Amino acid sequence: MMLHKKIVPISSHTEAIISDARKELGNPTRRLLGKQVLTLGGLSLLSACDLSTDSSINMMLRTMSGFNDKVQALLFNPQQMAPTYPASMITRPFPFNAFYGIDDVPDVDSASYRLQVSGLAKGKRAWTLAELRALPQTSQITRHICIEGWSAIGHWGGVRFADFLRHAGADLTAKYVSLHCVDNYWTSIDMPTALHAQTLLTLSYDGQVLPPQYGFPLKLRIPTKLGYKNPKHIVAISVTNDYPGGYWENQGYNWFGGS
Amino acid sequence: MRHVTIQPAWVRITHWINAGAVALMASSGWQIYAASPIFPVIHFAPSMTLGGWLGGALQWHFAVMWILTANFLVYLGLNIATGRLRRKLLPVSMQSLASDVIAALRGRLDHADLSRYNTIQKVAYLIAIMDIALLVLSGLAIWKSVQFPLLRTLMGGYDNARIVHFLAMSLLLVFFVVHVIMVALVPRSLRLMLRGR
Repeated sequence: MMLHKKIVPISSHTEAIISDARKELGNPTRRLLGKQVLTLGGLSLLSACDLSTDSSINMMLRTMSGFNDKVQALLFNPQQMAPTYPASMITRPFPFNAFYGIDDVPDVDSASYRLQVSGLAKGKRAWTLAELRALPQTSQITRHICIEGWSAIGHWGGVRFADFLRHAGADLTAKYVSLHCVDNYWTSIDMPTALHAQTLLTLSYDGQVLPPQYGFPLKLRIPTKLGYKNPKHIVAISVTNDYPGGYWENQGYNWFGGS
Repeated sequence: MRHVTIQPAWVRITHWINAGAVALMASSGWQIYAASPIFPVIHFAPSMTLGGWLGGALQWHFAVMWILTANFLVYLGLNIATGRLRRKLLPVSMQSLASDVIAALRGRLDHADLSRYNTIQKVAYLIAIMDIALLVLSGLAIWKSVQFPLLRTLMGGYDNARIVHFLAMSLLLVFFVVHVIMVALVPRSLRLMLRGR
């Protein structure tokens, strides 16, 4: 009862405020001034504090990033090829890039190496390097674009990922393919990109066995996506309908990461 | 006595939305630039940047780009539809530009009638409009260099699109500095952009 008595005057007071505000908003010049004050207020906030620490703003930015995933999926044309270049344009040396230094590049034993396939796939679950090398091979000279802005042209060879997924009996109607690496890096891609003709399960670089700094023994080269969507030292592939995220994506990089 | 509205509400609203969006785009863009500077001698103080790190800055940049572009299209569309572009920003003749530049250098270019733009103003605003269009297009070429091959070629390739984007940003920055100096010299123009008269 006490509580009820207290609430009544407060809520009627609130109503009065709202009705006053409504009257003010009905006046076009007041409404405009309000909008302008909001814009200016928003600007002045920028210098006053670091907006990225505000959780509601972070939420809004993440929502927009999710919206951009959808826009990019719509913009993605499976028939649109990334440009290819002559061998004379290959960047030499091709830059090494990882979330650690070159001295920490993992050392993978080729004899004991197995590529594990899991999730929505009915075929072979463990692949040796010899078995991967026995599949039809192709190569490409394409531009690697890093999220940082720089780019470099490289020469990669291997198995079309679409061919591999068919050999592995993957459900090609699934939403995602996630890729797990020996250095605990992981990322995931959409199925249309996985099936793109230039998406390449890479075993070689410039005619040589893929060197450790470029991802020995296995890298996924995707010239339609940014560098962080091109994982190295892959040991496990999973076909799934559950959003798998990724190492950088979970920290805020855009998930689709398309180019 | 009735006042005559010189800047209609839609001009003022789109102007201030644009000002806010450009501030957010530039400050987040400078943070993105820091990850891999095109010109190593040029860098931006962290206190001027937005986003905290590359991933945060990219989130800002790719969220606000929609506001900037949508607002720009509304501004441009209404300018054309209402005839304001033709009436206030055109025509621009070399002769009138030359005489206005000479008058400005002599300190005799007057701003008594704020309802009419002098030729220098017309040129400056037209450049700002075209520069924002170039910023959007070069940005699109960087973001989607594979999906938009014609745009990529027009920008001279992926790497060159970054340079175009940077130079277009620099030009807008020059415009901004001159614009703010002029507002400081003719403070009535700020009231005009707030109240419309």
